[in-house]
Amino acid sequence: MAERKKPISVLLNGLIKENPTLRLLLGMCPSLAVTTMAKNGLGMGAAATFVLVGSNLVISLIRKIVPDKVRIPAYITVIATFTTIVHLLLAAFLPELNKQLGIYIPLIVVNCIIFARAEMFAQKNGPLLSVLDGLGMGAGFTLAITAIGSVREILGAGTWMGIPVTVNLFEPAIMFILPPGGFLVMGFLVALFNKLADKKDKSLECETGCEAGCPGCSKAANGGEA
Amino acid sequence: MENMLYVSSSPHIRSEVTTQRLMLDVIIALIPAAFAGIYFFGLRAALLIAVTVISSVVFEYLIRKMLKRNTTIGDLSAVVTGLILALNLPSTLPVWMAVVGSFFAIVIVKQLFGGLGYNFVNPALAARAFLIVSYGARMTSWTPPLTVANDIDALSYATPLGALKEGGQLPNLLDMFIGNIGGSLGETSALALIVGGIYLLVRGVITWHIPVIYIGTVGLLAWIIGPDGIFTGNPLFHILAGGLMLGAIFMATDYTTSPMTKKGVVIYAIGCGVLTMLFRLYTNMPEGVSYAILLMNVSVPIIDRCTKPARFGGKAHV
Repeated sequence: MAERKKPISVLLNGLIKENPTLRLLLGMCPSLAVTTMAKNGLGMGAAATFVLVGSNLVISLIRKIVPDKVRIPAYITVIATFTTIVHLLLAAFLPELNKQLGIYIPLIVVNCIIFARAEMFAQKNGPLLSVLDGLGMGAGFTLAITAIGSVREILGAGTWMGIPVTVNLFEPAIMFILPPGGFLVMGFLVALFNKLADKKDKSLECETGCEAGCPGCSKAANGGEA
Repeated sequence: MENMLYVSSSPHIRSEVTTQRLMLDVIIALIPAAFAGIYFFGLRAALLIAVTVISSVVFEYLIRKMLKRNTTIGDLSAVVTGLILALNLPSTLPVWMAVVGSFFAIVIVKQLFGGLGYNFVNPALAARAFLIVSYGARMTSWTPPLTVANDIDALSYATPLGALKEGGQLPNLLDMFIGNIGGSLGETSALALIVGGIYLLVRGVITWHIPVIYIGTVGLLAWIIGPDGIFTGNPLFHILAGGLMLGAIFMATDYTTSPMTKKGVVIYAIGCGVLTMLFRLYTNMPEGVSYAILLMNVSVPIIDRCTKPARFGGKAHV
C-alpha cells in the first residue's frame, strides 16, 4: 500500500463502486433479515456505521501495537465494545427500533463488513483514512439496506417509512416483506449496482481493498481472503 | 475438395420435432381444459386466459428485446406458460394480478435465468406460488361453477379439498370427474385434462411415467392414510380433487424441470406424490400440488446426479 490514497475517493469508494452489501456482498444476514421496512434499514445502517467508524479508528490506532497473531481477538474486542455502546444507546433512546431490530444489533459484532474493513483497511491505513473508510462503507451499507427496505416496504406493504404511499394504486404483494421477497429484491439491486459501477469505472480497477477480491476487480483473479 | 473434408459436430441426424411443434401440441392438449373452464366459470375465465396468454407473449418479447437477445415468441413456449398459468387461477382474480403473474413467470423465472430450457422451476407454477403468497385471499376466493350457481345463492364456495379440511359438504365423485366443482378455472375437470393428457401421450410429447406414477402415489397414500385408520381412505377423491390432474399431466412433465433418466423420473414422480399428500393431510393448506412440484423441480439436479447412468465400460456413479 505504497501509493497515496485521496481521502475523498476513500470516502466515496463505499457508496457505489465498492458498496459493501451490493458489490462486495458482505453482511448479507442483516441485509436480508431486517429490511422489511425502510426505517429498519436506516436504523440498522446507522448503528453499523457507528460501530464501523469507531472500530476502524481504534484499530488503526492500535494496529502497530497489536501482535499479528492475536489481532483477531483484539479486533473483536474493539468491535464488541462499540456494538455494546450502540446497543445500550438504542435500548435507552430508541427502544422501539431496538425491539424491531432485535438480535441483529448484538450481531453487529460478527457483521462481516466491519471485520472485513478492519482487516482490509484499518489494519493498513492511518486513523484519518480509516475513519473516512468507515464512514463511506457505513453510508454504502445504509444506502443499500435502506434501498432494499424501501422497495420491499413499498411493494409489500404499500408504505414508505410507515407512510402509506400506494393507497389505491395497487394491492401490496405480501411476498415482498417475506423472506423470498428479500432475496428477489437483493438480486435485482445487485444487478443494478453492478451495472452502475461498471458504467462508472470501465477500467474495473479498485483503489482499495483489492486483496479481498471485490467483484469486477481484475486483480481478483489472484485469489483473496475468503 | 475442402467441403469433402468438413466434419460437423453432432448431432448428425435431426428429428422433425421442433420446439414449436411440441408447444403447439401442448396448447392443443390444453384446449379441452380451457373450454371446460370457460363452460363452468363463464366469460370471466375466457378473459383471464386471453389476458395471461397475451401478456406472457408481450413480456417475453419485451424482455428479450431489453436483454438484447433474439426474439423467441415464435416457439410458442410463452403461450403455453400463459395458458397454464391461467388454468391455475381462480376465475375471480383481478385482471391486473393475472398480468403480474405473467410478468413473474416470464420475466423473473424464465428469461432472467436464461429463457426456455434454463428455468429452474416451472414458470407458471412459480407465478402461482408468488400470487398465492402475495394475494392469498384473492387466490383462494372460489366461486361456484355456473352450473351450480343457479340453485345455490352463494358468494364463496369451497373446493373439495377446502371442504375436506374445514368439514363441509363433499361433492360426489361424478361432479368432480366432470368438473362441476369449485377450484381454479382449469383444474376442476378431470375429464378434459385426461383427454388432453391422452393426446400428449399419443403424440409422444410426454411419456406415461410421471403422470401415472405421480397420481398413483397420491391414490395409494390417500388409501393408506384414511380418515378412519389405515387402508380406509378414498383414493378417487384425492385423485380427482384439486390441481393434481393439471399438475401431474401438464406441469410436472415439463422437460426442463423433470429428471433426464427413467430412474430419476420415477423418484421425481413418487416425490411429487408423497409431498402432495403430506401437504394435503398434514399442513394448514388445503392443496399441495403446486408446492410439491416446485420442491421436486429444485431437487431435479440432485436426482439427475444420483441417477447418472454408467458409461459403457465405465463404473457406475454413486
